[in-house]
Amino acid sequence: MITLEYYLILAAALFCIGLFGAVAKKNAVAVLMSIELMLNSVNINLVAFNRFLAPSQLVGHVFAIFVIVVAAAEVAVGLAIVISIYRDRFSTEVDNLDWLKW
Amino acid sequence: MLELAWLIPIFPLIAYTLIIFLTKKSKSISVAVALAGIVASLVISIGVLVETIQKGITMAEPFEVAVKWLRLSAIDKYTGLNIDMGILIDPLSAVMMFVVTSIATLVIIYSVGYMHGDPGFSRYFAYMSLFAFSMLLLVIANNFFEMFFGWELVGLCSYLLIGFWFEKPSAAKAANKAFITNRWGDFGFMLGIILLYINFGTFNFGEISRIIGDGASGVGAAILTLISLLIFAGPMAKSAQFPLHVWLPDAMEGPTPVSSILHAATMVAAGVYLLARGFVLFNESTETLLFIAYIGGITAFIAASFALVQRDIKRILAYSTLSQLGYMVMVIGVGSITAGMFHLTTHAFFKCMLFLGAGSVIHAVHTQDIFEMGGLSKKMPITTWTFIIGALALAGIFPLSGFWSKDEILLATHQAGFTGLYWLATLVAGMTAFYMFRLIFIAFFGEKRTDHHAHESSPWMTVPLIILAFFAVFSGWGLVKMGYGSMVFFGHPHHGEINLGIALISTVFALGGIVLAWLIYYRKIVDTDLMKQRFRPIYNLLWNKLYIDEIYEWLFDKVMLGVAWLCNQCDRKVVDGIADGLGDTVRHTGGWMRFMQTGSLQNYALVIFGAIVIIVLLMATPVLGGVIR
Repeated sequence: MITLEYYLILAAALFCIGLFGAVAKKNAVAVLMSIELMLNSVNINLVAFNRFLAPSQLVGHVFAIFVIVVAAAEVAVGLAIVISIYRDRFSTEVDNLDWLKW
Repeated sequence: MLELAWLIPIFPLIAYTLIIFLTKKSKSISVAVALAGIVASLVISIGVLVETIQKGITMAEPFEVAVKWLRLSAIDKYTGLNIDMGILIDPLSAVMMFVVTSIATLVIIYSVGYMHGDPGFSRYFAYMSLFAFSMLLLVIANNFFEMFFGWELVGLCSYLLIGFWFEKPSAAKAANKAFITNRWGDFGFMLGIILLYINFGTFNFGEISRIIGDGASGVGAAILTLISLLIFAGPMAKSAQFPLHVWLPDAMEGPTPVSSILHAATMVAAGVYLLARGFVLFNESTETLLFIAYIGGITAFIAASFALVQRDIKRILAYSTLSQLGYMVMVIGVGSITAGMFHLTTHAFFKCMLFLGAGSVIHAVHTQDIFEMGGLSKKMPITTWTFIIGALALAGIFPLSGFWSKDEILLATHQAGFTGLYWLATLVAGMTAFYMFRLIFIAFFGEKRTDHHAHESSPWMTVPLIILAFFAVFSGWGLVKMGYGSMVFFGHPHHGEINLGIALISTVFALGGIVLAWLIYYRKIVDTDLMKQRFRPIYNLLWNKLYIDEIYEWLFDKVMLGVAWLCNQCDRKVVDGIADGLGDTVRHTGGWMRFMQTGSLQNYALVIFGAIVIIVLLMATPVLGGVIR
C-alpha cells in the first residue's frame, strides 16, 4: 500500500535535488531546469494532498495546473534572458553574472 | 527753545549726510554746510541753556520727551524689551551740549585754515559733523541704550578721524588701537546695561534713579556693584583711564584739530559725562566708587609723570589730558559730580586751545619735537600768548579757569576724607605746572635751535584761539558766579566756597612747578643731560611709559595667540574629530559591509532559502513542541 508519506518523501527528495542544482550548477540553463524540478516537487505535494485528504474536490489539481502555467511563463522569460546574456557575453556561466553589485 | 532741543544733534547729522552724498565735490560748499549745521546746533543749545537757567529746570525735575522706538512684548518667561529715543534736558546736559557745540564750532572754523589744501578736505568736515552728532546724541540721551548708540558712534568717528590720513601706516595703526582698546570698554558697558535692564526693567535714567531712590528695587548690593563696575569699564576705555589709557597718546596721529576736539569735547568727555549721568548707580556701591576714585588718582599721577619726559608737543598735551581726566574720574569717585563736570567744562576750553595752539605751531615749523623749536615767541605772538594762557589755566593759577575747577576737585577730595588722594592730586598739580612750562620754555623761548621759518598762522586759526583764550580765562570764575554748584549736582547742591588753605597749597605747588621749570629750562642752572644720565632707570621707565604697550604686546602675542592656538586645536582635533570620526565610522562600516553584496545569483538564492527555512521553523515551533516567547 502506498501511503501519503511516500509521495511526500519523493517530493522532498526531488525538491532537495532541485535546490542543490539551483544553488550549485554553473550553467544558467541548468539552474532554470533545477527550478523546474523544485516547482514540480511542489506539484507532486499538491496532487498527493488532494488525493489523500480531500478526494472529492479538485483544489490541488487546479493549483498544480496554475503552477505549471506560471512555470512555463517563467521558463520562457528566463530562457529569453539567458539567450540575450549569451549574445552579449558569449557565456551562460552563472558565476560570471555578478555585475549587479557595488 | 526746549521743544527744539531734539534738533541739536540732528543738524550736524544733516550736514554730514549732505556733504557725503551731495556736496563732496565742492570744498567751499562742504565747509559752509558743516559750519551751518554746527552753528545752528550752537544757537539752539545756547537757547536751551539760557532757558534751562531761566525756567529753573533742576537735576531733580528735568525736561524729558521721548518717543517709542522699539517694543518687544513679553512672551512666557522672557521679559519684553522697551527702548525709547528721547531727550533729557537738565543743567548737566544743557551745559555739556553748550561745551560740545561751542568747541566743535571753533574747531571746525580752525580746521578751515589747518586742513587747507588737504585732498580729503570735504571728507574731513563730514566726519567732524558726524562726530558732533554722535556726541550730542550721547549727551541728550534719556536712557542708557540711546546713550550707548551715541557712545558707539563716537568710537567709530574717532576711528575714522584718527585714521584720517590712513595712507600713513602709523595712523592706520593708531586708529585700530583706539578702536580695539575702546571695544574692551564698550563690551563691559554693554554687558552692564543688559544686566541693568534685566534687573530694573528699564533703561531710562529717571526711572532708574526713582527705583533706587524708593529703595524698592529688590536688587542685591552685589549685583549693583557688578553692574556699576561693568558700566565703568566703558568710561575707563573712552576716558582713557589706566590701564586702558594706551590709545590716547597714539591718537595724535590724526590731524591736530581732531586731537583737539577729541581731547576737549567729544570722545574723552563722554566717559566722564556717563559717570555723572549714571552717578545714581555708582553711588549705590561704595566698592565701585572707591575703585573709580583710585583708578582716577593713579591715572592722574602716572600720566603726569610720563608727560615730564616726553619730547613730542602733542604727546605732552595728550598725557596732560590723561592726567586731567584722571582728576575728573577721581573726583567723581569721591562723590562730587559737580567738581568733575566743572573741571570737564573748563578743561575743555583750555585744552582745546592748547591743542589748537600746538597745531598752529606744527603748521608753522613742521615738526612736533619741542627741542627742534625754540624762540617762537617773537615770530608767533598770538599763538604764544594764548598757549601761555592755556598753560597757566591748566596749571591752576589764580584767577584763570583751571584754578577754580582744580580747587573744587582738591576741596571735594579733601572733604570726602581721601587724604592720600588729596596729596597725590596736589602733587600732580605741581607736576602739571612743571611739564607745561618745560614745554613753553623750550619751545617758545630761548634761542632758535633749528632753521625754521615760523610765521603767525592765518586768522582762520588765530581767531578761534583768541575766543578760546577768553573762555579759558573767564569760564571758571564765570561758572562759579553763575552758581554752577547749585545747578549740576547729585543729591545736595554743593557750594564750592574757596577754601583758602587748599587754594594756597595748590597754588604754591603750581608756582613751584613753574619756577622749577624756569630754573631748569630757561636759566639752565642744572645740566638736563647730566640728570638724564644720573637717573637713567627712572628716565627710561617714564620715557617708555612703564612699558605698558610692550606688556600688552606680549600679552597679545603670547597669551592671547596662545589661547587662540589652543582653541583652534580644540576645534580641529576635538570638535572636528567627533564630527569627522562619525562620518568616517559610517563610511568604513559601509565599505566593509558592501562585500555582503556578492552579486552572485546563487549566493542570493541560498540566503533567501536559508531565511525561509528559519521563518518556517519559527512558525512551526508550536507544532514541533517549542514555545513562542
